[in-house]
Amino acid sequence: MASYSTNEFKAGLKVMLDNDPCAIIENEFVKPGKGQAFNRVKIRNLKTGRVIERTFKSGESLEGADVVDVEMQYLYNDGQFRHFMVPDTFEQYQTDEKVVGDAGKWLKDQDSCTVTLWNDAPLAISPPNFVDLAITETDPGVRGDTSGGGGKPATLETGAVVRVPLFVQIGELIRVDTRTGEYVSRVKE
Amino acid sequence: MLAEIRQFFAERSVLEVETPLLSHSIGTDPQLEFFTTEHCSLPLRQTLFLQTSPEFAMKRLLAAGSGSIYQIGKAFRNGESGRFHNPEFTMLEWYRVGFTLLQLMNEIAELIAGLFSGQSLQETQKVSYQEVFCSFTGLDPLVFSYQDYCAFARECQLFEAVDICGHDHAVWLDFIFSHKVQPHLGDNALCMVYGYPSCQSSLARINEQCSLITDRVELFINGIELGNGYYELADAEEQSRRFDKELAIRQQHKLPVFVKDKRLISALESGLPECSGVAIGLDRLLMLLSGSASIEDVLSFPIHRA
Repeated sequence: MASYSTNEFKAGLKVMLDNDPCAIIENEFVKPGKGQAFNRVKIRNLKTGRVIERTFKSGESLEGADVVDVEMQYLYNDGQFRHFMVPDTFEQYQTDEKVVGDAGKWLKDQDSCTVTLWNDAPLAISPPNFVDLAITETDPGVRGDTSGGGGKPATLETGAVVRVPLFVQIGELIRVDTRTGEYVSRVKE
Repeated sequence: MLAEIRQFFAERSVLEVETPLLSHSIGTDPQLEFFTTEHCSLPLRQTLFLQTSPEFAMKRLLAAGSGSIYQIGKAFRNGESGRFHNPEFTMLEWYRVGFTLLQLMNEIAELIAGLFSGQSLQETQKVSYQEVFCSFTGLDPLVFSYQDYCAFARECQLFEAVDICGHDHAVWLDFIFSHKVQPHLGDNALCMVYGYPSCQSSLARINEQCSLITDRVELFINGIELGNGYYELADAEEQSRRFDKELAIRQQHKLPVFVKDKRLISALESGLPECSGVAIGLDRLLMLLSGSASIEDVLSFPIHRA
């Protein structure tokens, strides 16, 4: 893998840091008029998702990381592993819950999602920003109520729990923003 | 802004000058990378440099008896590019014959206050490097204690500092100052930090009372470094020695090495009047005046579009 010097660090570049794959978020050139130049870099550790700040002497370099994002179809959960497939090649990947993390509660069979591969092994799963899921359990709806007001908890077919307006019923399909976990609207089938 | 600056100096009878951007020699500062070019007047080919600052040429004018002078011009520093850096930038540099550093600092404050008159800038702060460094870090910048510096870096979660800085006092100071001190300097005010440790003296004079510090001042507003001034070193021998030292460092770090500026040395030998001088980055000043977040916002065409 190629190595990249500090002045090639751009947002989105994937590099290896402390043996973990990381993505550069921000790179700031810091140089006193008379003095040593540094690059202060914000980096996300792709394994843990944690963002750290690190300083490099300008001109230092880091090894690139073989990290790619691939659109895949989520197939099923066999109880131990989750299975994904690349639609074009039918190539399949499996991952455990640790890698899937929070994304798991938004994954419905046959839906597509983004799988981040590091050295061809799944590193992280990101669900689409919006998913449409059916409600499997919630308190009975109140007629005439509008979207304002308090709302009530509803359990979705994937097991996720979100707050929905009072008028939404069991069996209805709703759209959820997976980044915030918030209800967006009802969806007509 | 430029018109106001020219007005400011006209009122004080400081002469505007112009010196070459293209020159036979260049500063030896190991931290500054320069641009070189070829002058072809066949059969001769000469390497020429684009100036990193007009300092040497202006000092030669001072030694020749120009009196107080100022210049608004371009300067070039290779490899410097970022939110606050563009390889080509505009610099205001001026020298006041007979001024001490303190007098010059007062004049700087007047100029800045005038330029910011439309905006409410707080009162100018003057603070010594040691005082400000100590108040934000608890460390003494003048005495290098490897253990204390390392402990401080660990405390701040700056673990990489130990690798980067090693046992180099100057690099440690640069690192800690730019991470932990500079961001706090000049909160909506001009902050002048003076009395830099002598390992960061460059072309400033060593302080008469205390040999650990130099008569050098740096200017900050909102954590942004604006400029740098000295009570100018006039001792040709001392200057020559510092050049040799910097050239040795260049050699050590495998940076391009070249001959020191003999014309400056001989100008100093013939006698540089007692003077203080300062350089201010005008692009950054304009950023602050216009509230811009990046130097690109105040340049007609930043380097990648130039």
